Amino acid sequence: MIKTNKDLLQYYNKITKESSKNDLEIIVSMGTCGIAAGTTPVLDELKKGIQEKGLSNKVTITESGCMGLCHSEPSIEVIDHKASKSIVYGDVKPEHALDILSNGVNPINGPTLINRTWYYPEDESKKENCPQARVVLRNTGRINPESIEQYIMQKGYQALGKTLCEMSPDDVVKSIMDSGLRGRGGGGFPTGKKWSLAKAVSADQKYVLCNADEGDPGAFMDRAVLEGDPHAVIEAMAIAGYAIGATKGGIYIRAEYPLAIKRLQIALNQAREMGFLGKNIFGSAFDFDIEIKYGAGAFVCGEETALIHSIEGMRGEPSFKPPFPAVAGLWAKPTIVNNVETYANIPAIIRKGADWFKTIGTPNSPGTKVFALAGKIKKVGLVEVPMGTTLGDMIFKIGEGIRNDREFKAVQTGGPSGGCITAKSIDTPIDYDSLRALGSMMGSGGMIVMDEDDCMVNIAKYFLEFTLDESCGKCTPCRIGNTRLYEMLDDITKGRGTQQTLFKLRDLAHVIKDTSLCGLGQSSPNPVLSTLANFIDEYEVHIYEKKCPAGVCRELIQYTIEADKCTGCTLCARNCPVSCISGERKQPHVIDQSKCIKCGVCYEACKFHAITKN
Amino acid sequence: MSNTVNVTINNMPVKVAPGTTILEAASKLEIRIPTLCHFKLDTFDFEHRTGSCRICVVEVDGKQNLAPACCTPVHEGMNVKTNTIRVINARRTILDLILSDHPKECLTCEQNGSCQLQDLAAEMGLNKIRYAGKTSTYKIDLANEAIVRDMNKCIMCRKCEVACNEIQTVGVLSGVNRGFNATVGTVSNRPLSDTKCVFCGQCVAACPVGALSAMNRSYDVWVALNNPKKKVVVQTAPAVRAALGEEFDFEPGTSVTGKMAHALRLLGFDAVFDTDFAADLTIMEETTELIERVKANKNLPLLTSCCPGWVKFFEHQFPDLLHIPSSAKSPQQMFGAMAKTYYAKKIGIDPSDLIVVSVMPCLAKKYEASREEFSREGVRDVDIVISTRELAGMIKEAGILFKNLEDQDFDNPLGESTGASVIFGSSGGVLEAALRTAADWLTGEDLEAVDYEPVRGLSGIREATVKVAGMDLKVAVTSGLGNARKLLEKIQKGEADYTAIEIMACPGGCLNGGGQPFIHGDTSILDKRRDAIYAEDKGKPIRKSHKNPDIIKLYDEFLKEPGSELAHKLLHTKYITRDNT
Repeated sequence: MIKTNKDLLQYYNKITKESSKNDLEIIVSMGTCGIAAGTTPVLDELKKGIQEKGLSNKVTITESGCMGLCHSEPSIEVIDHKASKSIVYGDVKPEHALDILSNGVNPINGPTLINRTWYYPEDESKKENCPQARVVLRNTGRINPESIEQYIMQKGYQALGKTLCEMSPDDVVKSIMDSGLRGRGGGGFPTGKKWSLAKAVSADQKYVLCNADEGDPGAFMDRAVLEGDPHAVIEAMAIAGYAIGATKGGIYIRAEYPLAIKRLQIALNQAREMGFLGKNIFGSAFDFDIEIKYGAGAFVCGEETALIHSIEGMRGEPSFKPPFPAVAGLWAKPTIVNNVETYANIPAIIRKGADWFKTIGTPNSPGTKVFALAGKIKKVGLVEVPMGTTLGDMIFKIGEGIRNDREFKAVQTGGPSGGCITAKSIDTPIDYDSLRALGSMMGSGGMIVMDEDDCMVNIAKYFLEFTLDESCGKCTPCRIGNTRLYEMLDDITKGRGTQQTLFKLRDLAHVIKDTSLCGLGQSSPNPVLSTLANFIDEYEVHIYEKKCPAGVCRELIQYTIEADKCTGCTLCARNCPVSCISGERKQPHVIDQSKCIKCGVCYEACKFHAITKN
Repeated sequence: MSNTVNVTINNMPVKVAPGTTILEAASKLEIRIPTLCHFKLDTFDFEHRTGSCRICVVEVDGKQNLAPACCTPVHEGMNVKTNTIRVINARRTILDLILSDHPKECLTCEQNGSCQLQDLAAEMGLNKIRYAGKTSTYKIDLANEAIVRDMNKCIMCRKCEVACNEIQTVGVLSGVNRGFNATVGTVSNRPLSDTKCVFCGQCVAACPVGALSAMNRSYDVWVALNNPKKKVVVQTAPAVRAALGEEFDFEPGTSVTGKMAHALRLLGFDAVFDTDFAADLTIMEETTELIERVKANKNLPLLTSCCPGWVKFFEHQFPDLLHIPSSAKSPQQMFGAMAKTYYAKKIGIDPSDLIVVSVMPCLAKKYEASREEFSREGVRDVDIVISTRELAGMIKEAGILFKNLEDQDFDNPLGESTGASVIFGSSGGVLEAALRTAADWLTGEDLEAVDYEPVRGLSGIREATVKVAGMDLKVAVTSGLGNARKLLEKIQKGEADYTAIEIMACPGGCLNGGGQPFIHGDTSILDKRRDAIYAEDKGKPIRKSHKNPDIIKLYDEFLKEPGSELAHKLLHTKYITRDNT
């Protein structure tokens, strides 16, 4: 049990000194994504190799959370502590294990050698050509999340110790306020302000909630943190509890995150055993504990009032603010709801100070932001960059450009309710205000890159379909308005759109944005509005020429056989599922357009490129 | 903190209290902002700010989005615009969207003429639906006697849900499904008849459109009236006369007892009787029971049992307390029992040739009349129940110019009543009537004091200790099932030492029943109905039930004495435990 700040420092020194780590450490990325990609057999082979070769005194295996290298999982990092050298491999296969064990940090053939483009600002200075900075992910992919000792060795719980032993609640709130930290869940509300509002209300009970209801399609920032560094969130919640005067905390996590839940539960038990949760933490009068609450996967429950209703056992739907949760939240008591990533920043801010934090990022958006970089990008992955990094750097430096060397078309930030940003705005620095000015938003950190093969009308329809499914149905504009938007987009992609559809689409999108009850509805038309603003020509081609320039909208595609290229091999006719292709052997064939279902089978089947699609 | 906040709305300054909403501040300036989902009942100090329909959005300086006026509190220096082109566009679009998923069946809708959506569409002059698209299709629930649920017409204001869960704490209705498919549903989508719904009809009263309506039985009445083989009699509940006039442009609070009796006669009823007569009879039986229990100091407090919504509520939710409600039937059912026995015999017809029609302020009465125990040998005591609104509809349909009718009296022998029975129509009335009789009976005197002010009122839980013949009778009165639940939980915990408790399911009592003319949130109408009821009591020559000469005659000729074997057989009932899921 750690009773004082001194205890913790002594313990930190002791375990750091007695660290059982051998000279060679192999970190195996064991996040959900890594496991799914096949890391477990690699890990087994490594363990087997160590045993067979009798290397257990020489090589340490660390099972960490996600390293963020989605593009080349399974990934491992080999560190030679003595030589202060490290090497990162991607696409590792079990058969590489023995080679890796014998070669240490000397590169081997087989797995992909990864150019390590992230650094840890907490112990390294900014390096050239390292566009990534890691504050939130400082431990994710580096330590074993199931070991509290490893967290403590990364100065874990020192911020809580400092808070409880050296700071008043006011000091804590001020420090967070001064840091300029803004909510990483998407809204960008100043975290310190939220805390000060909840602190100012007097109540017999207050609550600290963690929003781990990550729901954007393709977003996995919070899952990575919880799977890779759960103690950071626990430590931060205890600090928040002390700051606002709450003794109870809750983590609202989607039940579809079983590994994150398991690691959180282990971490909570460890924290309780060590005395970082429970009664009289650090010998102070402060008591705090955390419960886990499971969400059933409704996207809207990421909205704080909906999240609170869901915890209360009510229907997960937002309610009007005021009252704000900081005044009347869970069980009508003052409550702060912060996102996982927001919390993960807190311990570092407390330890290193607000001024340090402000050296990263931009004046209005200090710190870093984690993104799930996805779509038509070469290097799909989990990245963390200082705020102010340009979209171009994200896409072309970190993401290494567009796959198959296609043309970059747009990037969607902010998840399904963000907006599409085009090449002309590629130099926009990533921060809350710049993205909003472009009609998009930060959101929780989804970033989907699109290329010339993406139809922007279809993209808008795709994102809207998601919000349509996830709308709670409480307010009229979101419930019926988004349905109508979707129907109009559907009309356009199916060749039924008219000029009127275009006018109505724009008008309705603005009203939905202007009148919806919660953030989901208010931002749901963003994909429509931003594609209308940037790709109006694509809409117009769909409407007036009844064509889809990207060749995506099936109803608008026409397959035709070029007579001069057709050899009359009959392959297309034999493959056509509706028998709409006719022609004599060795004579040019013809597609009956009235019967064609635009399935594209003939197009794929033709060996002579005689079929055109337009 | 300052006690007033300065706000500007449409360039006009107004001072309001902190916490006031934009909607309230605007109304001070005589600016109307349309609402649909906003639910406020001043008399009961109840407000539910959901802000979900968005029809009330206004422009607020400094706010990025439009704000719902119904739930946005004002702040110092707030500058609001309620009719800019941005607001007009937004409101029209919202209305357009609502109408785009609403059946255009106004002409054949039960709510035609009293629909708030219809009014709003007329007011805003929307001349076509711009955003037409797919529409919802739900099965209509017609499987009970009282309430029709047609979710195709639902606009998701969810006031029914609030009425059911927050005011009544019955807990039958809830939002279900998501997005476009979101609707208000019951557990496992059961019909209301398979739920713990008590048919109080407060959901119907709250519904701004025709999604919830009464099961209309007026055509059945027309059929009965035109059947030459049947004798058709009618009874009218105390609260009907205090509200029926509203349907004919009378000021709220105008008692139209005489015109109602006349109109019923013109409709063709063979005899026009009064539920008030049966209310006096109820007092005879219930007070007898009360005095017996007080003397034995057993099964106290006695709970009144006139209200079928309330009865069904405790049958579902408090089965452990089934021994304390009075076993006396409600006035409607006592009337039915007397009509089909005493009266049928008196006029020499077979009970099966007599049709008893009730006009009730209530929808639960439709259900009550259908309860099995209220039939004998397959003949129901009360055959058809219509609401105040349905009666108004029949009078209009018959071409009777109600406003110009001469007053007429009820028929005998089931039409004579006292002031004590009239007040059954308001919360507190039943208990007051019982006290008037109990006081006389216990003292053996004819006491002059008949006004029990402390039990009067419409809201909250009212308690009084009444000294009668040296005894302290501690009584409580409440209405609204949410309040009832509080009292019952107190009784369960043994924290209540009342002698008698009056409970009515609807807030304010029968005058606010689910079958009354719609008040659409204007609770001042309820206060006026209540005044009308107490004025009628005051104007009655006889104000104690046991002094009703026809009641005395009924006992002399038929029932012998209160609590007799025959009285028990015909005028008392039993309660059953019902499913609470």
